[in-house]
Amino acid sequence: MPFVNWLKRRLVVIAGLLTLAYLLLPNVIVTVFSFNRPKGRFNYQWQHFSTAAWKNPCGVADMCGSLSISLQIAVWATIGATVLGTMIAFALVRYRFRARGAINSLIFLPMAMPEVVMAASLLTLFLNMGAQLGFWTILIAHIMFCLSFVVTAVKARVMSMDPRLEEAARDLYAGPVQTFLRVTLPIAAPGIAAGALLSFALSFDDFIITNFNAGSTVTFPMFVWGSAQRGTPVQINVIGTAMFLIAVLFVLTSMLITNRRSNQRA
Amino acid sequence: MTTTDNSGDVRLSGIGKTYGSFTAVHPLDLTVPQGSFFALLGASGCGKTTTLRMIAGLEEPSSGTVHLGDQDVTHLPPYKRPVNTVFQSYALFPHLDIFENVAFGLRRRGIKSVKKQVEDMLELVQLGEQARKKPHQLSGGQQQRVAVARALINHPKVLLLDEPLGALDLKLRRQMQLELKRIQTEVGITFIHVTHDQEEAMTMADTVAVMNAGRVEQLGSPTDLYENPQTTFVANFLGTSNLIEAEVDTRSGGDIVLKAGGGKLVLPEARCSAPATAGGKVLVGIRPEKISLTHADDAGAIPEGRNRLTGRIVDASFIGVSTQYVVESPVCDELAVYVQNVERDGRLVPGADVVLHWSPAHTFGLDAAQDIDAGVETVEEEAA
Repeated sequence: MPFVNWLKRRLVVIAGLLTLAYLLLPNVIVTVFSFNRPKGRFNYQWQHFSTAAWKNPCGVADMCGSLSISLQIAVWATIGATVLGTMIAFALVRYRFRARGAINSLIFLPMAMPEVVMAASLLTLFLNMGAQLGFWTILIAHIMFCLSFVVTAVKARVMSMDPRLEEAARDLYAGPVQTFLRVTLPIAAPGIAAGALLSFALSFDDFIITNFNAGSTVTFPMFVWGSAQRGTPVQINVIGTAMFLIAVLFVLTSMLITNRRSNQRA
Repeated sequence: MTTTDNSGDVRLSGIGKTYGSFTAVHPLDLTVPQGSFFALLGASGCGKTTTLRMIAGLEEPSSGTVHLGDQDVTHLPPYKRPVNTVFQSYALFPHLDIFENVAFGLRRRGIKSVKKQVEDMLELVQLGEQARKKPHQLSGGQQQRVAVARALINHPKVLLLDEPLGALDLKLRRQMQLELKRIQTEVGITFIHVTHDQEEAMTMADTVAVMNAGRVEQLGSPTDLYENPQTTFVANFLGTSNLIEAEVDTRSGGDIVLKAGGGKLVLPEARCSAPATAGGKVLVGIRPEKISLTHADDAGAIPEGRNRLTGRIVDASFIGVSTQYVVESPVCDELAVYVQNVERDGRLVPGADVVLHWSPAHTFGLDAAQDIDAGVETVEEEAA
């Protein structure tokens, strides 16, 4: 049975490739259809190859405006959630204070709660306070739900950190600020970076909470949702593909850098 | 280093540490002279690491002062003290390579051209080839040497070592003991070494302070501590001691004559750390290797003037260079006797009646009011 043996030896590889295909197929479709020239308003059937949409990505009214709003919110939400979340994580690991246990479990709540519920209660809160819905209410909401993810990621990192490292730094003539900048922060950095990346992705594609609290502001996910009712411009695929490529490039570069470093050192 | 330079002296005066109601270190006075290799020896939890951390500045003393030379450093933060530490877990910075780990202290003090110094220091600890590796790529022994280099490059007045060899296997530990001793002789810096390993302390240090329950029990050279222990803790913690309870009978010349189980034992007065009044109790101590064993049939051949006890061999284990006997005697259930395997007497097997005898000069006397088993290492401690 040469075939069965062949299969046995490559089973893991085959399963891996199939899983990868399953994960990447939607992205492939999005990319392929970004080169389509659809008949009518819906981009669901392959017609002709065309690079028209790539040459004019902002050709659809309001789309690039909403994209810009989404990117701005994502950047600010990432910064806000990462700074606050890192500080919370350090406080929870390093200090003993009242209500520490309660905060430790409450911080998970936004992750566990159904988004719809959170969105509705946030809206109630904003309306009761008389807040003007828009950019700022979206930003506040995004920072809130990103916070849990940052805290979780950074906390794990800080907990596994040897407190002797900071003592060693102080012993080696580093003052409190130097100790934090040269030792604490670099060691916590992978956790902080993971939290920040997660925040960016979560904020950029959030729809439910944003939709409830946006007022008349339109983010990119809201634009896509809205246009899906009336017809889907090819440019949505162009933006999607571009985002995907940027993410892949990002990962590849960081992998290349780590590889080169470890090769140099080995 | 000139002998008149005392800037590396460490003087602790009345230094103590309490945590709430728990006293980790009882107020103690200690002077470590410039250029010496000093060991703080004790079981875990005896306060030796706390004492070390107070010298480093990582722990604020509850009372007393720390002086380096003539400078009072009691309230200086660690980064302002000319003292560096080699931590038990090495605490190498995982995100920096070996070169940057060693250069850390120099860079923090604003020294720009560190290359030459770091390379020289890595040569001293024989790690020149590993400069660009990360700590986790090195073996335990290599990491240990990096930790030493990282501290020494700053030319501290005092180098503190917190159980630096604890994580190494036995063979490597022996090697590193000699290595550290070599480095200390080479650089002439005061080393204060904390350890629970009595052999390590005795091999490396010029002076050893034995600590127990937050107090210094005894301080002296390794030979002095071993030959003249003053407390049961020191007698039992450093090597093994046979302690026999005895009653003071008479005094003759410089000797004290004691009664133990019907027999008489002689103890030089100078070697008795307890007040010996007639009728009072004293603990008589003798190291196992100082005792000779003779079969009961040959008892007449034992020279006069030696202390002697009768007993029966309970157990004998052959160790190679020596044989270790456990002897049961009317004055003590378990006497340990180590006999060099020079001329082995085939009759000395378990069950044999024997006479134990030794020179009175090797006997020491301790206060009988103490716990006779203090400092005896239990199985758990051995495993830890």
